[in-house]
Amino acid sequence: MFGNRRSTRAPGSRPGFRRVGMRQPGRHRAALVAGVGAASLMLTVSGCAGFGNLGNQPGVTTITLASVNNPQMQDLATLLPEFEKAHPDIKVNVIMMEENDLRNATTKDVATRGGQYDVMTVGAYEVPMWGRNGWLTDLTAKAKADPSYDVNDFFKPVQQSVSYDNRIYAAPFYGESSFLMYRKDLFQKAGLTMPAHPTWQQVAQLAAKLKDPSQDRAGICLRGKPGWGEQFAPLTTVVNTFGGQWYNMSWDAQVNKPGFSNAVNFYVNTIKQSGERDPASFGFTECLNLFQQGRAAMWYDATSAAGTLETKGSPVAGKVGYVSAPVVKTKESGWLWTWNLAINSLSKHQQADWEFVKWATSKQYEELVGQRLGWARVPPGTRQSLYANPQYQQASSAFAGLTAQTLRSVDPTHPGVDPQPWTGIQFVGIPEFQDVGNQTSQQIANTFSGGESVADALDKGQRIAQIAGDTQKREAGK
Amino acid sequence: MTAVAASDLAETGTGPTINESRMERSERSFARKIVIPAFAVAIIVTQIPFLATIYYSFQNWDLARPEARSFAWFHNYAAVVTNGAFLPALLNTVVIVGSSVIVSLVLGLLLAVLLDRKFPGRAVARTLLITPFLVMPAASALIWKWSLLDANVGMINWAFGLVGIPPVAWNTDFPGMTVVFVLTWQYTPFMMLILLAGLQSQSGEMLEAAQVDGAGPIRIFRTMTLPHLRTYAELAILLGTVLMVQVFDPVNIMTGGAGHSKTLSYLLYERAFIGQQVGEAAAYGVVTVIVTIAVATVALRTLFRVFTEEGGGGR
Amino acid sequence: MSAEVSSRVRTRPRLTGRRVGGLGITVLTWVVVFLFFFPVLWMIFTSFKTEQAAAQFPPSFITHLSFDRYATVFQRGMGLYLANSAALSILSTVAVMALAIPAAYGLSVRRVGRWQDLLFFFISTKFMPVAASIIPVFLLLRVIGALDNLWALGVLYVGMNLPLAIWMMRSFFAEVPYAVVEAAQIDGASYSRELWRVSLPIVAPGAAAAALICFIFAWNEYFLVNLLTAVVARTTPPFLGSFVDGRGQFLAVLSAASTIAVLPVIIAGWVAQKRLVRGLAMGAVK
Repeated sequence: MFGNRRSTRAPGSRPGFRRVGMRQPGRHRAALVAGVGAASLMLTVSGCAGFGNLGNQPGVTTITLASVNNPQMQDLATLLPEFEKAHPDIKVNVIMMEENDLRNATTKDVATRGGQYDVMTVGAYEVPMWGRNGWLTDLTAKAKADPSYDVNDFFKPVQQSVSYDNRIYAAPFYGESSFLMYRKDLFQKAGLTMPAHPTWQQVAQLAAKLKDPSQDRAGICLRGKPGWGEQFAPLTTVVNTFGGQWYNMSWDAQVNKPGFSNAVNFYVNTIKQSGERDPASFGFTECLNLFQQGRAAMWYDATSAAGTLETKGSPVAGKVGYVSAPVVKTKESGWLWTWNLAINSLSKHQQADWEFVKWATSKQYEELVGQRLGWARVPPGTRQSLYANPQYQQASSAFAGLTAQTLRSVDPTHPGVDPQPWTGIQFVGIPEFQDVGNQTSQQIANTFSGGESVADALDKGQRIAQIAGDTQKREAGK
Repeated sequence: MTAVAASDLAETGTGPTINESRMERSERSFARKIVIPAFAVAIIVTQIPFLATIYYSFQNWDLARPEARSFAWFHNYAAVVTNGAFLPALLNTVVIVGSSVIVSLVLGLLLAVLLDRKFPGRAVARTLLITPFLVMPAASALIWKWSLLDANVGMINWAFGLVGIPPVAWNTDFPGMTVVFVLTWQYTPFMMLILLAGLQSQSGEMLEAAQVDGAGPIRIFRTMTLPHLRTYAELAILLGTVLMVQVFDPVNIMTGGAGHSKTLSYLLYERAFIGQQVGEAAAYGVVTVIVTIAVATVALRTLFRVFTEEGGGGR
Repeated sequence: MSAEVSSRVRTRPRLTGRRVGGLGITVLTWVVVFLFFFPVLWMIFTSFKTEQAAAQFPPSFITHLSFDRYATVFQRGMGLYLANSAALSILSTVAVMALAIPAAYGLSVRRVGRWQDLLFFFISTKFMPVAASIIPVFLLLRVIGALDNLWALGVLYVGMNLPLAIWMMRSFFAEVPYAVVEAAQIDGASYSRELWRVSLPIVAPGAAAAALICFIFAWNEYFLVNLLTAVVARTTPPFLGSFVDGRGQFLAVLSAASTIAVLPVIIAGWVAQKRLVRGLAMGAVK
């Protein structure tokens, strides 16, 4: 459309006007047209919709896995060629996503019955709900069919976390609980000892003694970042052990009741007194960095953090002690989170999907990771046999025993003092909880700066939680 | 017909009169022909989704409870009004976007003036200055969050420490400001690009004449450059505002919606994807559009040269 | 007007006369450039560190540097996503400019009736927050079978960028001196020729800025891609997002991926800003 470059002077007197620079656009236009042509051609050749399908071969079943981007899943992706060697007629396409994106994409897909993903990593929060809605394939029969798969090898709480109504809807791939990590060397230097089963009050006192502003070191790092899975994962366990809960058996919200409010006051005050600066920024990875850099004396968080802390090159490797999650009124208080592989009930490749899921959650896979990548990288927290494996014990001696013990002892059906009408320790197994937890955590984050009082924050949380509670009452009444 | 009269007729846009020559009719038909494709595309691509959104705003649809889907009359709109979340979010958006636009406009002007001259490495400097706008916003937010604004290990607090200022807990104490930092940093190049185009379209001859007349550079800037830049500044402000209102990555990644950082776009995202209320989110969207149209109508038609001056500040 | 004036017009007078002032301002300019560029520079520097070094404080300036992070990024298959991004961004930008340039002309130099209302309409299409309409859009696309499809995404991007391009080009076209347009008319040029051969070259720098901005928005667009594509049409931004790790350290590898992703856009930016250097001074002849 811009034609060739010719003499730019049109006939007639056009005073003072010269089309300088016309040559450049001409060259640019030609390059542009060429680029556009090439791009269009490439697209048309590849089947019109995009390049993602290059490499798909006929006769091979391609299954799409939508996965969270955790280290264990990254390792799974690198080991896929092993699976494809053993199953040459199946190809697995992995789409890694950040956790929130994954949740949005998979929820939207199953809720609108899209069927875009065949296999998905689904968390302990969603599996029972999605199973109940019929969005995930019932795996009970398949899992029990092969004795070598050994379904009962999974920790009982872990099995519970993927079940609804005694049917299994996902295969556990990764499990974690929580415990308290502390710097043994700093304790020694200060002449303090960590009790074998600490209470939260003891931990708060220790944190106050260990904080050291001159070294810019916090006494303890606790998550404060807004989010139902960020701040409220540890905070809900604190609530549970203080005797509080989100809802009672009649689905009345208990957010501003004494148990919950004592717990939150304790948590906020401990952070303000001996915790990290700028707590509203701190989620798992931020605390990990802080603790690893030696700028926190203690850290209460996921059992899987130990793996990163103890790898070669970590500044705190070998200096970290591990003790069970602090309690107040309960015997234990670790949380339970699992990432599981679930099959979309709309998937057209059910058999291939199961072959893959079975492979990825089998004892053989753990063996494979141990041999190829190192035993410290085996996905922890699902199979009991892993913790009896001497090679694994050797690679993770500092924390494996405690992890196994914690995973065995948590009870997702009754984690707190009072009974609760859902299964789940650090979350409430209702769809509205994401929203309730998020909004309440935002309110609590506002209290760190003193901008809001804890009582006000919890009152707001109570209102939001009660709306969801009412919905549950309606549903339960049906 | 003189050229002036011809242009008058073209501007009024009334129907053909007896005096109108074939030229004006063919001009108008040409103008219509070239505008229609863009107009048609805009209608199809934006209004069909808009109608669909309005449709869903009358539905009660919780993504996580698909069996409970029903027709909701105005229930969602009532929720928007009574929830109490809309006005604070609107206020936060006005403050955050307003600050970011003003600061980035001023900085953009400063940069455009600095880059308007010839100096060694100008092309490199310009390209480097555009980079904040080029990096993916989510990646920028992460870099700012981790490397710069982190209260314990970030470089800004480290730099503060070098001059003796105590470290600031950015996300806890000033969540709104962290968003303003990142937005300003990202959008200053955008402002700069537009203002630079404006600076370069100045009449060099007239500038030279003014200099010859003895006016100093500051005076020339104040009396000639700034008025000339008005249309460009208006363009930059309008586009910058419209774009920044949609931004939610910094809020999502850095502050999680705490404090005064919960903007309209984050509130909507929360309603749609965390609350999983398709209908309610759609209603929020429709209300936002109505409010924005009202505000924009008033603002544009009273302030912006495009709409106030005959001919729109150009011809 | 003589030809001498027009050739002089190409270089504009310096507003700062003296050498010392010139040097001082140049230094100031470079300081400002460095401050603005610093976060990006830091990102690039981080991409060569190990994850542990990236998390270190005080920030480590001297550390073992390697390309390992880049190897990880490519192993994850970035090429495919880059190709998708390139095709999508280039095609949608070309389409946007092809629609916006004529439309902007018809709203500035050769105006349609009610052009102000049209302008307002175009910008009003950007008032709807994406999150509110994304599920309806998702369902619409599903009904017509256009999910996970670059063409569908491209059409949406055209709708997304069209208001920006039209408003920008309109402002630039409005600066074209009427004398030039009139002269073309007198010479017997058709309206079409007047648009493409006479007016557009004058605003070519502005068109370059507008095209660059549309390209950037298409290249970096995250939200729509995340929810409307799965495997086939996935582009670079969600790929970058996938490096964010909930249980590990990821700043170095994310920096590497971001650096790779920003390179094509920097090249586009370089090309576009060169057009900005050259004469909009063209428009100086009155």
